[in-house]
Amino acid sequence: MKEFEPKIVAFLCNWCAYAGADLAGVSRLQYPPNIRTVRVMCSGRVDPLFVLQAFKQGCDGVLVAG
Amino acid sequence: MDRKAVYKPYAQAIPGAFAIEKIDTAPCRVACPANLNVQGYVAMVKMGKYREAVEIIMQDLPFPGILGRICPHGCEKSCRRLELDEAISIRELKRVAADHVDLSDIPVPEITSRNEKVAIIGSGPAGLTAAYFLALDGYQVSVYESMPEAGGMMRYGIPEHRLPRTVLDAEIENLKRYGIQIHTHTVIGRDITIEELREHGASAIFLAIGAWKGLKLRIPGEETSQGVSDVTAFLREVHLGNLKKLGGKIVIIGGGHSALDAARVALRLGAGEAHILYRRSRTEMLAEPEEVEETEKEGVKIHFLSAPISISSKNEKVTGIECIRTRLTEKDTTGRRRPIPVEGSEFFIEANYIIPAIGQEPDLGNLAKAQDLKVSKWNLLEVNPETLQTNIPDIFAGGDVISGPATVIEAVEAGQRVAKYIAKYLQGEELPAEWQDEPPMGTNWVAPPKDEPTKDRLKIPTLPVEKRISGYEEVNLCADEESAKQEADRCLNCGGCCECYQCVAVCEAEAVTLETHAQQEETTTINVGSVVLAPGFQPFDPSKFDNYNYASHPNIITSTEFERILSATGPFMGHLTRISDKKEPKKIAWFQCIGSRDLNRCDNPYCSSVCCMYAVKEAVIAKEHADYDLDCAIFFMDMRTPGKDFEKYYNDAKDKHGVRFIRSRVHTIDRVPETDDLEVRYVTESGEEKKEIFDMIVLSVGMEISPETINLANNLGIDLTQGNFCETKNFKPFATSRDGIFVCGAFQGPKDIPESVMEASAAACSAGVSLAPARGSLIKEKAFPDETDITGEEPRIGIFVCNCGINIGGIADVPAVVEYAKGLPNVAYVEENLFTCSQDTQKQMAEVIKEQNLNRIVVAACTPRTHEPLFQETIRNAGLNEYLFDMANIRNQCTWVHSDDKEHATEKSKDLVRMAVARASLLEPIPDISVDVNPSALIIGGGVAGMTTALGFADQGFPAIIVEKSSVLGGAARDLSKTWKGQDIQQYLSELVDKVEQHSDIKVLRNAEVVGASGFVGNFETQVVVGNQTETVEHGVVMVATGGKAADTEEYLYGKNPRVTRWHDLEHDPEKLKNAEIIVFIQCVGSRDENRPYCSRICCTGSILQAISIKQSNPDARVFILYRDIRTYGEKEYLYKKAREMGVVFVRYSLDNKPKITEIENGLQVDVFDPILQKNLRIQADYVNLATAIEPAQNHKISEFYKIPLNAENFFMEAHAKLRPVEFANDGIFLCGLAHYPKAMEESISQAMAATSRAITVLAKGSVQISPLVSQVDAEKCIGCGLCAEVCPFNAIMLEEIEGKGYRAKNISASCKGCGLCASSCPQQAIDMLHFRDRQIVASICAAV
Repeated sequence: MKEFEPKIVAFLCNWCAYAGADLAGVSRLQYPPNIRTVRVMCSGRVDPLFVLQAFKQGCDGVLVAG
Repeated sequence: MDRKAVYKPYAQAIPGAFAIEKIDTAPCRVACPANLNVQGYVAMVKMGKYREAVEIIMQDLPFPGILGRICPHGCEKSCRRLELDEAISIRELKRVAADHVDLSDIPVPEITSRNEKVAIIGSGPAGLTAAYFLALDGYQVSVYESMPEAGGMMRYGIPEHRLPRTVLDAEIENLKRYGIQIHTHTVIGRDITIEELREHGASAIFLAIGAWKGLKLRIPGEETSQGVSDVTAFLREVHLGNLKKLGGKIVIIGGGHSALDAARVALRLGAGEAHILYRRSRTEMLAEPEEVEETEKEGVKIHFLSAPISISSKNEKVTGIECIRTRLTEKDTTGRRRPIPVEGSEFFIEANYIIPAIGQEPDLGNLAKAQDLKVSKWNLLEVNPETLQTNIPDIFAGGDVISGPATVIEAVEAGQRVAKYIAKYLQGEELPAEWQDEPPMGTNWVAPPKDEPTKDRLKIPTLPVEKRISGYEEVNLCADEESAKQEADRCLNCGGCCECYQCVAVCEAEAVTLETHAQQEETTTINVGSVVLAPGFQPFDPSKFDNYNYASHPNIITSTEFERILSATGPFMGHLTRISDKKEPKKIAWFQCIGSRDLNRCDNPYCSSVCCMYAVKEAVIAKEHADYDLDCAIFFMDMRTPGKDFEKYYNDAKDKHGVRFIRSRVHTIDRVPETDDLEVRYVTESGEEKKEIFDMIVLSVGMEISPETINLANNLGIDLTQGNFCETKNFKPFATSRDGIFVCGAFQGPKDIPESVMEASAAACSAGVSLAPARGSLIKEKAFPDETDITGEEPRIGIFVCNCGINIGGIADVPAVVEYAKGLPNVAYVEENLFTCSQDTQKQMAEVIKEQNLNRIVVAACTPRTHEPLFQETIRNAGLNEYLFDMANIRNQCTWVHSDDKEHATEKSKDLVRMAVARASLLEPIPDISVDVNPSALIIGGGVAGMTTALGFADQGFPAIIVEKSSVLGGAARDLSKTWKGQDIQQYLSELVDKVEQHSDIKVLRNAEVVGASGFVGNFETQVVVGNQTETVEHGVVMVATGGKAADTEEYLYGKNPRVTRWHDLEHDPEKLKNAEIIVFIQCVGSRDENRPYCSRICCTGSILQAISIKQSNPDARVFILYRDIRTYGEKEYLYKKAREMGVVFVRYSLDNKPKITEIENGLQVDVFDPILQKNLRIQADYVNLATAIEPAQNHKISEFYKIPLNAENFFMEAHAKLRPVEFANDGIFLCGLAHYPKAMEESISQAMAATSRAITVLAKGSVQISPLVSQVDAEKCIGCGLCAEVCPFNAIMLEEIEGKGYRAKNISASCKGCGLCASSCPQQAIDMLHFRDRQIVASICAAV
């Protein structure tokens, strides 16, 4: 059986977490390729419905960072 | 400098363009009558590019092979190689090139044909050269030649052994390809007349008929004897084939080429003996020495210093010639040595033929008379010497016919020149009646390489003598290619760029064209109202310090070199490496004050201000770079880290990173024998001699003003300080001694980046004050095309996938991503770019958008945080609304972080592109929002900084309101008396207060305090309490200048004993000072300790100034300064030096062993440990003055009202220490003065002006663009619950009463920051966010998996 690889949707605040993710890139920090980022203008923009929508689509995890 | 003529100014130059070094023309080219580009073709021969060499030659003349053989090469006399060894064989190299090229292979350039016809009489070198250039210019050229074949003297004068007819024929034949018609056997006056030429349409006529009539000897027997013939006639007959044999003996009279030619031809015709009579000596001969030598080798007997007297004959046939010896006089007034006969030295030579070769003149026949042409007394045609026009306007003349017999190259020059002026004449231009002499030759040439060895000149191979006489085979042979290459390699390339134009030929970008290549240094005059000087500094060159061995040891480098070693783009790709053996250094030492604070070894007495901090930084970064235990030691005198947050960095370097700090100036460095290591010897503060071995030493070099900058300053007439920095006044630190000229950066005084950036803005502001009326008058508004209406269109998405060099393409499979993207819904176009952000791609993207009718764009590349604005502008240029754009971040958040997993990186890239496409399909155009700016400023704080900025605003027409907490203006400056340059602060302050109070655009609110604020850039509302009343002030920008003050202290008996004073208390009490005998200053009271881990920056200078002033008024007073490090940065160092010279005693103490003060009778007892004496000192002081820390005002409330950050010490935090030092991250709020950090008054003034300058960029615009990414309320769905208004952090949504419906939410766009909190909280989903709509985000989510 193939090893389990989670699919994670990450909602990142444009001003902090998204910038942090960019910085991780600039610093060449390596992390697993399981995250798919959705950029938002504030983590406050993340409607709980978005989270539910992600799970409904078959996501294994949701990360909200901001 | 060892570089090519085309070079990049420096490796990392931006733009990365090349420059072409153009200096004075090489002397060989100047020496050539035809201005032939010698350096150019020699360079081509060196590379074996013969065709290119010939093309260069053909730019100036059509006869490379001919001149490669017979040119007298005057150029070689001016060759600078003569200074080293021998001249280059220039002529021979020309021949080598010509002999390797078939002229018919060289394409005739595109010629635009003209109608005008030109007739040329004579097909010698002058006539044919003129024909060549006129034909190149498009004129219809016909050449008329009386002889059977073209070539003139080149054919009928110069014998074949020097110029083979195959060469001559080929080069003349070649001219026909340019459309030149040559009519031979055509004698003017006989076969066709000048009038007929005119009738046939010739608009200009060039007479180049040469000089074919030989001059007579004028001696007895010349006219009456058979066998006497002038040299031209003799050679012509030979070359016509009429004279094929010659018996007997021949005597030729003359010393030129034709005499030698005739003699050598005579031998080939069979003459038994050939003699040449020449009345001067060998050195005066006109023919070149090698030619004379070859002639003699062939058996010709040359009689030097001999003149003919008479010709003898028998039966009218020549039998011989009577001659006489001559001697030469001393040089006469013309510089020539005249021959005079030596009496009694007559001798006789038997001869059958006598050939005078003493000169020629033109054979004008009837021509001059018939055409009314002016003729000189030498029987030469008279012309304008510049234009070669005769007295008949359409007739020009040149070559031997105006000069008498001369060389081919001179005739070529006449041809070039006449072609130029005939063309002007035909275009109806007026020909100059006057002309300027050529400017003297410039001598700014490339210097010969230092160690250039001597190299032998090329030896030209010749035909063996025995082979020569039997025929006319060419005597000089062609040099072989290798020898030619070596010879060409001797060229010193005197002129820099040789104008070979090979760069033009290879430049595919068409950046170097004939036009751009011709660019020269230009002098332009620009009318300006102000000038800002920012010429910077140069790092000190330590090679003059022999004791530091910088020049002689590879592992001793400068700090700037070490920066390169640390740099990822540096020589070792950022890997810590020492030069000598490329090993990782284990121990590195830094030496401070190299070229600073030093009068013994250099003349730089000042402190360079920046070196301590950069050395600490380099040491820390070096430690971070090393993945092993690297030892870093910094040898210093005083650690000077007085900048904002610098002290903390210094402490961290010591405590966290383990950098060692050693207080000593190293005196000697020795190589450790048989290693590349270095032994350092130094003496500690306590006098102990120490040794330590390091792998590498970094010299922390100081700043110096370059000689060029000093020169510039002298040219501008501005004053310099003793350290050669720009002289300024403390109250106007950005103004030079000359009105209208401003200064910033290190030229103003050694300084770090933040101060330089501030000063730059300050200088800009000052320059702007006097230019205020002209503001905006030279502005070009950026214009965008109208937006395309995409309403109702189906999405047509264009995707641009970037390789980002190898950053993306090296990891993800970009072509696979492209293929994948093509299959996504709504995608109409996909392309791959090497760099999508490059200017070329941007241009192309705009075109593609139009061609493909794209209405949404996705760029899969880096992060939108840096690159979205760029791409948005591009699509806006293509007519698309900027919000019809999205990015897939496949670099920062994909390839860079999954570089070891290429497969997944590719998959993730595809997913991110798919998500972006899904969202892009739903994007809508959003109109911009702009808000008017209230063009006024609110200034919090009425100190020097606040008042300076108020005047800065008001003087440029923007009203300013000062909110001052106290009842008086002036702030901290009210306690100060003099600046460090000695200027009177109180006088300045009162003038400043007057100006502020009297300015009609400045309002001062005293006893006032800010109690609340709202709004945003351009439209702030601030509540101010004045007395008991609260006012609301509306303004466009905020200036925070809340100031600071000297801190109180409980240390050192302050407040308990009146003899312990603080700052200026003592200075302001002259009575106390009068009787004081011993005064002690204690520095760093409350600074640089645990509570305030920062340096107060100004106290060292402050105490030293007071100490000097005490010593000046009472030289007997004993003054002690107890300090930790003296931080008189920049030119303030002079004060430190002066104080020491005046006898002020400086005693260093350390934080863990502070001085102790006890009260004694009539004074104070100060105990301090002196680290040099290693003993406790006890001082009985009259007064102890404390330099307490400078602390900021109570800033918390202001920080909250405007949401601007404070640091741990309650100073305000600027947006970026170096890049944005006077503004906050929040738009429209600015910072200056002590509220930012302790600083000297001139620094406060600079910063105030800088902040004003930055603020005016907002005020001057009139309106500000506000992000239109705001909330949108659907009033139909809204139930008026008010949750949104409650959660909004920006007061950007409010409830509005709608009649009959109750309350409904309403968005205030100008305040909205687009966070979307309202949207996610709305229970009715009545609020959506523009550009981040629910459906757009959901589309991304759905596409994510």
